[in-house]
Amino acid sequence: MRTKAPYRNSALWLVVPCLVLLLFSFAIPIVAVVNYSVHDVFSGNTFVWAGGYWYEHVLSSSTFWDTLGRTFLYAVLVIAIEIPLGVWIALHIPRAGRQSSFFIIVAAIPLLIPWFIVGLVWKIIADPAIGPLGVSAVALGTFYDLNSPIIAWAVIILADIWHWTGLVVLLSYAALVAIPRAYYQAAQVDGASRGAIFRFVELPRLKRVLIIALLLRMVDGLMIYIEPFMITRGGPGVSTTFLSQDLIQTAMKEFDFGEASAAALIYLLIMLALSWALFRIMTAADD
Amino acid sequence: MTEPHVPYHRRRIVPLLYAAFVLLPLYWLFIISFMTQEEATAGLSLVPQKPTLNNYLFILTDSGWAMGFVNAAIYTSINVALSLTVAIPAAYAFSRYRFLGDKHLFFWLLASRMTPSAVLFLPLVQLYSEIGLMDRTIGVALAHCLFTVPVAVWILEGFFKNIPVELDETSRVDGRGGAAFAFQVLLPVAAPGIGVAAFFCFMASWVELILANALTTTEAKPIIAVLFRAGGPLGFVHLPILCAAGVLTILPGLGLVYFVRHYLASGLSMGRVGRM
Repeated sequence: MRTKAPYRNSALWLVVPCLVLLLFSFAIPIVAVVNYSVHDVFSGNTFVWAGGYWYEHVLSSSTFWDTLGRTFLYAVLVIAIEIPLGVWIALHIPRAGRQSSFFIIVAAIPLLIPWFIVGLVWKIIADPAIGPLGVSAVALGTFYDLNSPIIAWAVIILADIWHWTGLVVLLSYAALVAIPRAYYQAAQVDGASRGAIFRFVELPRLKRVLIIALLLRMVDGLMIYIEPFMITRGGPGVSTTFLSQDLIQTAMKEFDFGEASAAALIYLLIMLALSWALFRIMTAADD
Repeated sequence: MTEPHVPYHRRRIVPLLYAAFVLLPLYWLFIISFMTQEEATAGLSLVPQKPTLNNYLFILTDSGWAMGFVNAAIYTSINVALSLTVAIPAAYAFSRYRFLGDKHLFFWLLASRMTPSAVLFLPLVQLYSEIGLMDRTIGVALAHCLFTVPVAVWILEGFFKNIPVELDETSRVDGRGGAAFAFQVLLPVAAPGIGVAAFFCFMASWVELILANALTTTEAKPIIAVLFRAGGPLGFVHLPILCAAGVLTILPGLGLVYFVRHYLASGLSMGRVGRM
């Protein structure tokens, strides 16, 4: 048991530099976004008061809800695949030695690659003329058409699995390595099956890292932009257009700062609410 | 004797298949980077017929592309230095004391990591234009602090918590306070944690595109934004050159990951897995 940390308000001074830095690049822009969202903005510097107009506009727009729904579907799908898959792979990695180093580095590689390059790699792999996945699918005669929403989704989900399963592997592996050997010995003395060891010895120790994985994967899944944009350009139609891409297009191509900002704030509130809920679950798990 | 009592699944085939799944797509990125445009777009190939270094030569001799790497390296380095400078004292405070609003502050730090760049990029461009930070590497480094600082604080807080408080007390008795304690006692002990935090800051800043692209126009354009412009989703402008640049962007991360491999996993779980 750790003793409770002492109470000392002057420790706040140690946090001040960090807060100043973040407030500068976070709070000021957020205030600006709020300001845009209640105005009609012309050529970036003429503001006409619009009140709640943009919020009503966004909330009553079926495009916004469709895009939000697609973005959530995407995040839920990748989490549902990557978390169990990552845990399963981590369970099979040896807990010590050279081989474990090798697998750790392999799991880390996709995380180190610029997102644009991840998109490029999967655009190549999925290409029906030059990519191994596309060419083999065509050669096997399976239905393979990147203009079909199902295939486009399958490819971007596969790319996401490739990109982010390593994160779950690394997190789970770290938790598994930290389990004292005595726990396993005790379980073996009791004659526990492999399944029971996982359920009663390993899973409880994985709980905390899995909440971290869930938090990170959920947030990044909901922010997804570059990889689908590179691979499918958001198409066919709008079937792989997600919220970030939609916002950037509304702001940059249509110059609707007001609309983009209202949508951005709604998006932000959803993200913060979800993060707060998971953060509370995580701190509750700590105590 | 290797860990006789830890019944990890013996089927080594599972991680081997995973390794193949990760490495195979990169194999094509690698081989295409040695091809000519004609060969790359002719069809699926397993090995380059006439390997050429021209794509790499083009990147390293074209000032726009070569400077792209330099710019990215500069802002990434500034970002790592800046992030660690502010994150180390903050993480120490969170790990050792309770103070007014500490739990809320910790969450709001993370909130900036949870905020999509798509929400912030427009006002950031305006703010940075007003104060002369547009198209400068320092500007990108500052903007990237939004997601590197929270992660650095989180990782370092975990590592600091694992350092016994007795160490602080002994130093105080020895007459080492403040800066002397930080530089002579705390930082050397926390070196692995600082290394891992630096690694994650580097990684987050290096892979990011939205802010790096929005905040630069010509002078400070990073390689990723140069690539995005040259070979965005509109098509393969010159595929082998894009692939060669891709290979080059992977190398720094690959080099660094080797050094932190022993601490990587626990660092990613924010240094906390060992004390649940």
